[in-house]
Amino acid sequence: MMHKLSNAQIAWRAAQDITDGAYVNLGIGFPEMVAKFQPPDRQAIFHTENGILNFGESPPEGEEDWDLINAGKKAVTLKPGASFFHHADSFAMVRGGHLDVAILGAYEVAETGDLANWSTGPKGVPAVGGAMDLVHGARRVAVITDHVTRDGKPKLVKNCTLPLTGVACVSRVYTSLAVIDIEGGRFVLREKLPGLSLDDLQAVTGAQLVIGGAVGDLIVPEV
Amino acid sequence: MDKSVATMAAAIADIADGMTIMIGGFGGSGAPIELIHALIDRFRATGSPKNLTIVNNNAGNGRIGIAAMIDAGMVAKMVCSFPRSADPRAFTEKYLAGEIGLELVPQGTLAERIRAGGAGIPAFYTPTSYGTDLAKGKPTAQFDGRMYVQERWLKADAAIIKAELADRQGNLTYRKAARNFSPLMAAAASVTIVQATRIVEPGAIDPEAVITPGIFVNRIVEISDAQQEEALMRAGVAY
Repeated sequence: MMHKLSNAQIAWRAAQDITDGAYVNLGIGFPEMVAKFQPPDRQAIFHTENGILNFGESPPEGEEDWDLINAGKKAVTLKPGASFFHHADSFAMVRGGHLDVAILGAYEVAETGDLANWSTGPKGVPAVGGAMDLVHGARRVAVITDHVTRDGKPKLVKNCTLPLTGVACVSRVYTSLAVIDIEGGRFVLREKLPGLSLDDLQAVTGAQLVIGGAVGDLIVPEV
Repeated sequence: MDKSVATMAAAIADIADGMTIMIGGFGGSGAPIELIHALIDRFRATGSPKNLTIVNNNAGNGRIGIAAMIDAGMVAKMVCSFPRSADPRAFTEKYLAGEIGLELVPQGTLAERIRAGGAGIPAFYTPTSYGTDLAKGKPTAQFDGRMYVQERWLKADAAIIKAELADRQGNLTYRKAARNFSPLMAAAASVTIVQATRIVEPGAIDPEAVITPGIFVNRIVEISDAQQEEALMRAGVAY
């Protein structure tokens, strides 16, 4: 069994790239964890689709205000400097290119930057939420994901097989094994777990990894 | 001018079979639960309104609100972005049985289509959904080197929304993130019906604080003890 980062550690690594003063949208579920690992000397302002900028963590149980929720319908709190706005303004922030970064989950990411993260196929009830808007809005769209599926298949692929969320939209992928940029339609390896050989990483990646310079060690604390 | 009406039944009296109705709220936040339940009361008593198309971000949760409308058999079609919730059974059962229609719209496109409907803009271009299944059959065009999808406005026969304060001329404020789609829907519907936590005299709301100007509002009813969908869910309430 190959050593790999936990979801919390992947979220920690992604959080290290959020700069002071950045406006950030985190996808619902796993990406929400990134907020917990924001470096204390930097202030990021978090956006939620349903109309809040600068919300904070969940209140203690019993103190929820159900008019104060995030896109995942979880109760949140406000930080000083928070604001409310309606949905058209909220998505003007998204589509208008005003967000610095969106961090989303993925079923598949292609070397072209195509992302599939909203549908696993024709069965069941389809639901898309704000994912298709977010991938075309933020200046930087990053994905956090396990490097492979539960049954060991690559999630980083040449072409997505699942329904697309967006075309050529992802610029960086943080996985359980590596940090990879998408540049010119190719996966460019930036960091990998120290102990993991390039061959072993390539073996679990569904498209060619390109070495575009020094490859750093992906070192993450226990979190 | 006084747009207030005394009862919920009077507020919703002209909602008719086959209408398209926009209902405010994102999940439970901003959901006009009492007016939705008033529609269900009328349906149970008279068999109408039915065959409705409902526009909302979601497709109901549990056995209250929009989910209870679906269970009652009043809804022919949902237009929404995310027909999932903590308990999506009502929609899911009917959808998988082929008994309810679904128009799935990306959330930002849904908001902008409603905004465009209220603003008199019949169509617009957005990068959202380009190259995906949700853009199939829609015109596309290139602007400044990038591809966009043409989307149409969305209008409704009625909007049913929840506000915090309403003055008798229909000027509205909202509470926290309960605002979400409601200001857009108020403008996009032929008739906008509001449940407000408190009705006040004109002048009592600072004009600087008005979120929805009264021109977009037709009828207001005061529901001072309005309930939260999430609280009803946690109490296991079925309507």
